[in-house]
Amino acid sequence: MNVAQQVTRILAEQALLEPGDVTPDATLADLGIDSLGLVESIFAIEEAFDISVPFNANDPAETDFDISSVAAIISAVGDLVKAQG
Amino acid sequence: MAQRVVITGAGTINALGHNVPDTLAAMAEGRCGIGPLDIRDVDRLTVKIGGQVRDYHEETHFNRQQIALYDRFTQFTLLAAAQAMGQSGLTFAGQLADRSGVILGNSGGGLNTQDENYRAVYEEGKNRVHPFIIPKLMNNAAVSHVAMQYNLRGPSFTVSTACASSNHAMGQAFLMIRSGMATAMVTGGSESMLCFGGVKAWEGLRVMSKDACRPFSATRNGMVQGEGAGVFVFEERDHAMARGAEILAEVVGFAMTSDAADIVMPSKQGAARAIAGALRDGGLNRDEIGYINAHGTGTAANDKTESAAVADVFGAHADNLMISSTKSMHGHLIGGTGAVELLACIMALRDGIIAPTIGYEEPDPECALDVVPNVAREAKVDAVLSNAFAFGGLNAVIALRKA
Repeated sequence: MNVAQQVTRILAEQALLEPGDVTPDATLADLGIDSLGLVESIFAIEEAFDISVPFNANDPAETDFDISSVAAIISAVGDLVKAQG
Repeated sequence: MAQRVVITGAGTINALGHNVPDTLAAMAEGRCGIGPLDIRDVDRLTVKIGGQVRDYHEETHFNRQQIALYDRFTQFTLLAAAQAMGQSGLTFAGQLADRSGVILGNSGGGLNTQDENYRAVYEEGKNRVHPFIIPKLMNNAAVSHVAMQYNLRGPSFTVSTACASSNHAMGQAFLMIRSGMATAMVTGGSESMLCFGGVKAWEGLRVMSKDACRPFSATRNGMVQGEGAGVFVFEERDHAMARGAEILAEVVGFAMTSDAADIVMPSKQGAARAIAGALRDGGLNRDEIGYINAHGTGTAANDKTESAAVADVFGAHADNLMISSTKSMHGHLIGGTGAVELLACIMALRDGIIAPTIGYEEPDPECALDVVPNVAREAKVDAVLSNAFAFGGLNAVIALRKA
């Protein structure tokens, strides 16, 4: 499973959807993932890729980790995995 | 003007049953819910018994997202609350929602969650933990989830006074309705400390029995832990009567005292002042009390001190009343114990059945009261007390009358 598939699977599980129903342009709000769902998804992403996601729930906009859409999250996770080497 | 307060709903899950009828049937049969503990690393424990909730599968009651947020003590609370709310028939909206709240007793909070989290970071060396550890383990989680589920928007908080937590909680609920602050209150308590770290901590104090809880028996050798929840709906009597609700019992008196003496040893004077205070508060004469649900932990110190306090307060009537400890059957639920024990009080008043003290083997001259040994008894009683005396010397006694 590549990064896109794995992130999609994690978000789908959180949103109680099939992975096929999670489209790249969807936002977290579209998927019905609230703030608690987001931190739980980030935890699952960190566990799955063994990375540390720079995300601060106090001010999500301030962090480098782009959560504006599914595609943005996949891209950000991809960068973190690459950076880790 | 003081309002009268009645109980219009009851719910429970504990070692004797997953609801009120099963629990009362077990108490009436004198059945023991204490058995071998089924928890991780039990082989490293010296105390291997407890009043554990059996045949319980969280997935049957809650979905994955709820389980991520609900510690076992919150799960037990929500299940008991659902039964109590169902029986009361109340729904909360508008002004009634604003004037009704939740006050529950609890001592250990999400101890299972804490235990698992510490295992992960200390034993397994993990550096990352699940994001919901804090909202899951906080002692007020159960109160908040009950409030959210039923739209209870009035005074709500958790009371933590060790073994007296749920009596203190129910006392607060009673006082709020009586004073006119609230119309209905969801109250009681819960506990779930049966995990390796929880039982190990109790072992350290050397007050735990390795074989059975035998309150008031000369052969008693300590307390046994239980787990579960008891939840009630307390309601203004006029409000309950107006809607034709079934009334289980009336709450008439409450008193609390502090020994101000020792962090673990009980005091006869502190207990006696709480018992006498509850009688006075409820406008009850001593000879009206037919039954006392004892704190009766099965420790050497509690049972003789409690017996002496009862003898002091009741004088000659101490020989006429019945006093039993149902901890012999469901174990000591610590912060939830008074709530489950209130069920025995309701059974005495409503059904005329006095729950026994099981495991009783031999009289102790220092506990020379009618402790209803081993077998339940039929008796008509009109008023009862429920005692709770906590570590730290904090005492809380509730008085109930037949509805």
